[in-house]
Amino acid sequence: MKDILQELETRRAEARLGGGQKRIDGQHAKGKLTARERIELLLDEGSFEEFDMFVTHRCTDFGMEESKPYGDGVVTGWGTVNGRQVYVFAQDFTVLGGSLSATHAMKIVKIMDMAMQNGAPVIGIKDSGGARIQEGVDSLAGYGDVFDRNIQASGVIPQISVIMGPCAGGAVYSPAMTDFIFMVKDSSYMFVTGPDVVKTVTNEQVTAEELGGATTHTRKSSVADAAFENDVEALAEIRRLVDFLPANNREGVPVRPFFDDPKRVEPSLDTLVPENPNMPYDMKELILKVADEGDFYEIQEDFAKNIITGFIRLEGRTVGVVANQPMVLAGCLDIDSARKAARFVRFCDAFEIPLLTFVDVPGFLPGTKQEYDGIIKHGAKLLFAYGQATVPKVTVITRKAYGGAYVVMASKHLRGDFNYAWPTSEVAVMGAKGAVEILYRSELDDPEKIERRTRDYEDRFANPFVAAERGFIDEVIQPRSTRMRVARAFASLRKKKVETPWKKHDNIPL
Amino acid sequence: MFKKILIANRGEIACRVIKTARKMGIATVAVYSDADKNALHVEMADEAIHIGPAPANQSYIVIDKIMDAIRESGAEAVHPGYGFLSENPKFAEALEQAGVAFIGPPKGAIEAMGDKITSKKLAKEAGVNTVPGVMGLIEDAEEAVKISSEIGYPVMIKASAGGGGKGMRIAWTDEEAREGFQSSKNEAASSFGDDRIFIEKFVTQPRHIEIQVLADQHGNCIYLGERECSIQRRNQKVIEEAPSPFLDPETRKRMGEQAVALAQAVGYTSAGTVEFIVDGEKNFYFLEMNTRLQVEHPVTELITGVDLVEQMIRVANGEPLALAQDDVKLNGWAIESRLYAEDPYRKFLPSIGRLTRYRPPAEIATPERVVRNDTGVFEGGEISMYYDPMIAKLCTWAPTRAEAIEGMRQALDGFEVEGIGHNLPFLSAVMEHPKFVAGEMTTAFIAEEWPEGFAGVELAPDALRRMVAAAAAMHRVAEIRRTRISGRMDNHERKVGSDWIVTAQGDRFEVAISADREGATVRFQDGTEHRVVGDWTPGQPLARMTVDGDPLTLKVGKITGGFRVRTRGADLKVHIRTPRQAELAARMPEKAPPDTSKMLLCPMPGLLVKVEVEEGMEVQEGQALCTVEAMKMENILRAERQAVVGKINAGPGDSLAVDDVIMEFE
Repeated sequence: MKDILQELETRRAEARLGGGQKRIDGQHAKGKLTARERIELLLDEGSFEEFDMFVTHRCTDFGMEESKPYGDGVVTGWGTVNGRQVYVFAQDFTVLGGSLSATHAMKIVKIMDMAMQNGAPVIGIKDSGGARIQEGVDSLAGYGDVFDRNIQASGVIPQISVIMGPCAGGAVYSPAMTDFIFMVKDSSYMFVTGPDVVKTVTNEQVTAEELGGATTHTRKSSVADAAFENDVEALAEIRRLVDFLPANNREGVPVRPFFDDPKRVEPSLDTLVPENPNMPYDMKELILKVADEGDFYEIQEDFAKNIITGFIRLEGRTVGVVANQPMVLAGCLDIDSARKAARFVRFCDAFEIPLLTFVDVPGFLPGTKQEYDGIIKHGAKLLFAYGQATVPKVTVITRKAYGGAYVVMASKHLRGDFNYAWPTSEVAVMGAKGAVEILYRSELDDPEKIERRTRDYEDRFANPFVAAERGFIDEVIQPRSTRMRVARAFASLRKKKVETPWKKHDNIPL
Repeated sequence: MFKKILIANRGEIACRVIKTARKMGIATVAVYSDADKNALHVEMADEAIHIGPAPANQSYIVIDKIMDAIRESGAEAVHPGYGFLSENPKFAEALEQAGVAFIGPPKGAIEAMGDKITSKKLAKEAGVNTVPGVMGLIEDAEEAVKISSEIGYPVMIKASAGGGGKGMRIAWTDEEAREGFQSSKNEAASSFGDDRIFIEKFVTQPRHIEIQVLADQHGNCIYLGERECSIQRRNQKVIEEAPSPFLDPETRKRMGEQAVALAQAVGYTSAGTVEFIVDGEKNFYFLEMNTRLQVEHPVTELITGVDLVEQMIRVANGEPLALAQDDVKLNGWAIESRLYAEDPYRKFLPSIGRLTRYRPPAEIATPERVVRNDTGVFEGGEISMYYDPMIAKLCTWAPTRAEAIEGMRQALDGFEVEGIGHNLPFLSAVMEHPKFVAGEMTTAFIAEEWPEGFAGVELAPDALRRMVAAAAAMHRVAEIRRTRISGRMDNHERKVGSDWIVTAQGDRFEVAISADREGATVRFQDGTEHRVVGDWTPGQPLARMTVDGDPLTLKVGKITGGFRVRTRGADLKVHIRTPRQAELAARMPEKAPPDTSKMLLCPMPGLLVKVEVEEGMEVQEGQALCTVEAMKMENILRAERQAVVGKINAGPGDSLAVDDVIMEFE
């Protein structure tokens, strides 16, 4: 019996060594941790339960039968993050470069199926050279199986991808279909075709970092939601994100003990909006002052900065925040910001995370670039996402809410539950100057008249009261009491139920 | 007594005056510019009158506008505060003609003390020590050399009309005196249009010590001890205290009596200050007399118990002084720290913007300690570019200097200011400095102790350990809270361990925490223990605790895997990890921050409308480089440091994306 137990330990030890000490040292030399080390940092200490440790590939071509390492390049299993269950798979670059074989895929599919069945998030750590070329079409089929699970799981359980090494070719499409993608600066990259192929086909000279590094994907392509300095920071921040997320689409948001007064008043918010309507201010200050303990988990911080998206807590419960940022492009909506916010709103709605929207929007960004690139359909994404969302929706207009953009930003017309406005807000079809130029075109060469007309228009519409008279604004509130009002509003909506017409699915303007 | 007074000033001093007036039952009138519409002094006053645009030369120092405000409000007297019109004889005269009382000295005294040469002459005549020197017209360089050698080197050669070091030379030899005279004369002529030069003894180991005097309209004049103001940065006082740690009672008495003699010689009334320079041998020489309330007057108030503003008002009302010289008793020690909106890490460059957080420490007054904060701002208020960047004057008092310093350290630690750059860390650094603690300072203190500028403070080993103990205990609390989230697997909860590895300031500490109801005991690997007690909860930006019974206040911000901690002038990243996390974290590569210092990156997508510089041009820190327009808003991009412009990659009319390189520096 003892021998048998010893045999198990020996096999385990061998499996844990992955591709061997030399390869582990190589991984470390690149500033990267091994798959198992990453899982250790991601999960509560000692909570990892591994599956399929002894799985090996079955390929016999190209000499593959000579080398059958345990685990086959991916470590899978489950564990807890602050006591809540999550499923995890981490590709092991030390084993055959983390390449994906049929059995490697099978392991991933297995834990994804379990995650779906048990209603817990899946976190995938990517560090893979790509397809196991020796296996040919079996490897591709493996990708297909994983894609299928990604699609089935979408909107059922949160799926988080953490790119901690190469992720290229078809492999990118698995993370692409998950809810969030995080990257590690300087040690991860993602692209469909690598620099060599790019050079051959288009003659472009580009490095892997420029083509698909963390900076590229967080700032330019918006493929990634955030980038972190190193593996340790990245995994600590994933744990922090998991604390915000529901386990699945039915359980509702997690609740955490909080040490902040829901009735906290912030007098300084009364002066947040400058007197000059053309002066910017930082909307993040409002978010931080409304949030429990000033804790804000921003999503896509470096992309389309004219809109802010992320998670806060109110009374210990997760709330998704979308806010126009007057500091950037005056907070206007454009293709990038509409896409960014639309995707965030849809995530929140899918997982029953209430939505808080702060509005200061002068309209859509004009220009040929925007029109040619399809602002019409991209802008509609956000409109559609807000209108479709059935989670509690609380909106606060701080200043400008002009034109179509006003309607888009979780207005009452899109079944917003609470639509508050600060006294500084202006709900109008456009700014006074623009309006007067259209209404009084014939008087344009008389600056005095135009000035008077502008003043008249401002007096009539540059305030929240016209909208409030019509019930488009439920209440005009003191800026200082925003946290209290918003927290109470969400408290009143905890049992919100909405019936929607039967449909197979909608047809959002993708 | 007056029924209503107008305060011809803004900011903290206006608020300060209003407080006393209110205490005396006098109604107050504030004046304000466009930039001060929502200012605290406007809020505090009984009435407020708008006097024009933001720049002071279109509002606060326009005599006619103040006179209009006086007429409009019916104020019977005016307190000028400091700066602005406080030492303007024309203003005093205008008030006199209007029959409105000036809460300050007579016009003649202001005039007499306003000119350097005249005031020095008067001082000498009144028997006040003056720096040996010649203030008459000096014909030529040879005469300058002769005078210099008579006075004895080193000598200082300076422009009569000068100030701020302009047209000033120090000479140690005849040759230097000859050259210095010529260049000072030239500089004075071009800078001030007045080439009168004087030569005087250069005082070594100089301290700036000033005497507060108070005189009524009935010939009574007293002195209220001294203030030491040697901690200065480029002639701007930063920290003041009373009494001076340097003076003995006899010197104090001599200085005080000379100050009174001077005040009486010029028919002074109201509060005034006679500034002396004191050398290493306690020789003191007259510098100048300030004919107004000084910024640093609170330290005198704290050690004498006299409300100087009240006395000024009473004197202006014609009342005789209620105090005689013998009634003035100096009690305990007071220190003032001036909190400026200046970024100490960026060469004290003024910082403007919104105070997103402004929470001064609580004001207290007990027999053991006083904390007083004179301020003119509030959370959510704006620090504008138009006025003095002083945010507040934080004063502490205690029976001894050491206790007053400790009180100041704690008060500074508890002072929360966010949203703008400010000198709190620097003030804390001074409070920790051994020379300051020993009372050994000269006016060159800051320049000598921080010759390369201020780059933050390292905590001493003992302070570091106390901070580490506190941070570890706080991290444990925060981690335990995380495990209380809903939706956990019953019986499979996360257990927060007791062993932690803390890294801070380049050091690594292994600690074990055992907590109970009252607090936590943090045991270090060498066996020493620290007891941390406090009621900090996760998310609080200010942690007030005691470590081994001594108070410790930390400003706490969250970073990945730990806290950003600010205390005692230090600004540290503190990581708290389990042993296994720490082991893995140690494998992470150290990354050098990317060098973007040699480029100007476009911070937002927009249209480049103007380029202010050319290739090859040298630019100074803060100089405008170009203007980017985005959504009809013009954003001026400025040089972050002194540099030479290399390549300019974009021109007016170009559309820019975020992080486009607009220009490169050499």
